[in-house]
Amino acid sequence: MFFVVKTNVYCFNPLITRGIQLVISSTELGVSTGSAEKSAVLLAGDYLNKISGEQIERECRRFLDQGCTKIVVDFSETDLVNSIGVSILLGVIDSASSSGAKVVFSKVRQDTAELFQILGLTNHVTLA
Amino acid sequence: MADDTNKLVHAFGALADLGQAVTDRNNFQETIRTSLHLISGSLAIMRAGVARYSRFSHELNLVAVRGLGDDFPLGFSLCQEDERQFLINGLYPIEVDQARVLPFFQVYDVSLERKRIGLFVPLVVHDELVGALFLGEKADGTPYSSYDKEIVCSMGRHIGVALAQRNMMAELERRAEENRKLYDDLRMTYKDTVRAFAAAIDRKDKYTEGHSVRVGKYTEIIASELGWGEGEVEGAAVAGYLHDVGKLTVERRIINAPYRINAKESAELNRHPAVGYEILQAIHHPYADVPLAAKYHHERIDGRGYPDGLYDREIPYIAKIVSLADSFDAMTTDRPYKRRRAANEVIEDLRLNRGKQFGPEIVTAFLRGMFKELTGQSTDRKFRRLLGREYMEAEGIVPMLQDALSDVPLTSRAFATLEH
Repeated sequence: MFFVVKTNVYCFNPLITRGIQLVISSTELGVSTGSAEKSAVLLAGDYLNKISGEQIERECRRFLDQGCTKIVVDFSETDLVNSIGVSILLGVIDSASSSGAKVVFSKVRQDTAELFQILGLTNHVTLA
Repeated sequence: MADDTNKLVHAFGALADLGQAVTDRNNFQETIRTSLHLISGSLAIMRAGVARYSRFSHELNLVAVRGLGDDFPLGFSLCQEDERQFLINGLYPIEVDQARVLPFFQVYDVSLERKRIGLFVPLVVHDELVGALFLGEKADGTPYSSYDKEIVCSMGRHIGVALAQRNMMAELERRAEENRKLYDDLRMTYKDTVRAFAAAIDRKDKYTEGHSVRVGKYTEIIASELGWGEGEVEGAAVAGYLHDVGKLTVERRIINAPYRINAKESAELNRHPAVGYEILQAIHHPYADVPLAAKYHHERIDGRGYPDGLYDREIPYIAKIVSLADSFDAMTTDRPYKRRRAANEVIEDLRLNRGKQFGPEIVTAFLRGMFKELTGQSTDRKFRRLLGREYMEAEGIVPMLQDALSDVPLTSRAFATLEH
């Protein structure tokens, strides 16, 4: 069985503003077989590395409350991840783990992936 | 080896960021939240908390948490033994598993266990416990290495400094607040004493009971209308309350004489400004001009006053204000030898004597205060309260005040401010 679940995608777009700006759009995501898997994509951007990145955690919790079972963090616009970023990602992992949801880090740069591995984040997430 | 280097670089980055976060002028909560992120992120610690120690309540109160959940206690009580041990230990992390002997770990054993708190770091600055870090398991599941503990120790030192600064600020604020209350109490005591003095002065003269208090209030009105600041207005009122303090030394029969007093008696009475000055000068007032107001409140700007016959600018400004307030009260209250004058006569008198007996801008300020009250431009009812509603609302008073105010040069207010 194969079907598509429609969900909202919230992007933290650093090109729009330096503050927190949510760009809401609707797209087709979360392709799954066998059962409906509701997914959400969080764009990490640069915000991850600042205290304002806590917004990502809040959005993650909101998605989980809406029944998302898979959180995808997109690192395509993230050059590096500092300690604040790691801490925020741990918050995302913790929230997802409490809700029984999976976390996927996508489009992670090689050096960032190595850091995640050294710190043990890869014990809790899948890199894609 | 490469892994260790990357880890070290990552931790050093966190340490540098932490130093900046602590020295930035962010608010305290944000600084601590950022610090907690940095310490958690440097070693990928899954859950952690920063607590601030209160030496008054002997409690560690959590000020920032990550992943500890709602069921983790927000406050931890410490006994003397805990505090003593933490101070001896200094900043070095304590492994919770090996510290069960301390009362603190026995009491909170279940909560710490449930959240898998592995390390407890007392934050000690200048031999004073200022807070603590609660650190849970790491994401890689390994125990804290000595290298990890060194990192935690260095970061804890920074966070400790931020907490110590906050404690110091809180202490300063508390002391400033205490001082402010003490000052307010002293000021209140001073004002009460001044009022009591004014009442004592007024008791001497049965016909002019309440004179000093009224002069104080009129002086206050004028100073406010001249745009003086709160403290200056208060000082002016004090000068008004105490202007006749010298009368305490004048014989009661002279003050209360129901006839026009003779030259000798007049000389005796006219000594009261100088005597008042002598009395008030010996007191350290918060307002410097109070003794001068007593000494010169019978001077006139045309030089025909006493005791020194000073002219206009030679007369201290506060004395000019008190002089007007004093004369106004004399005209608007019954005296042993004459009844009080009607409001329109008094206003006319002030108008005619503007620039002769009284400073023109002072008369203007006073009449403006009266006009504002009568036309509802101000919510004050001071004149009505002091003189009676019927007296103040006599027919024709408002147009008269309007006339008196309209023939005043526009610069009078500016002049008053400049001269003051």
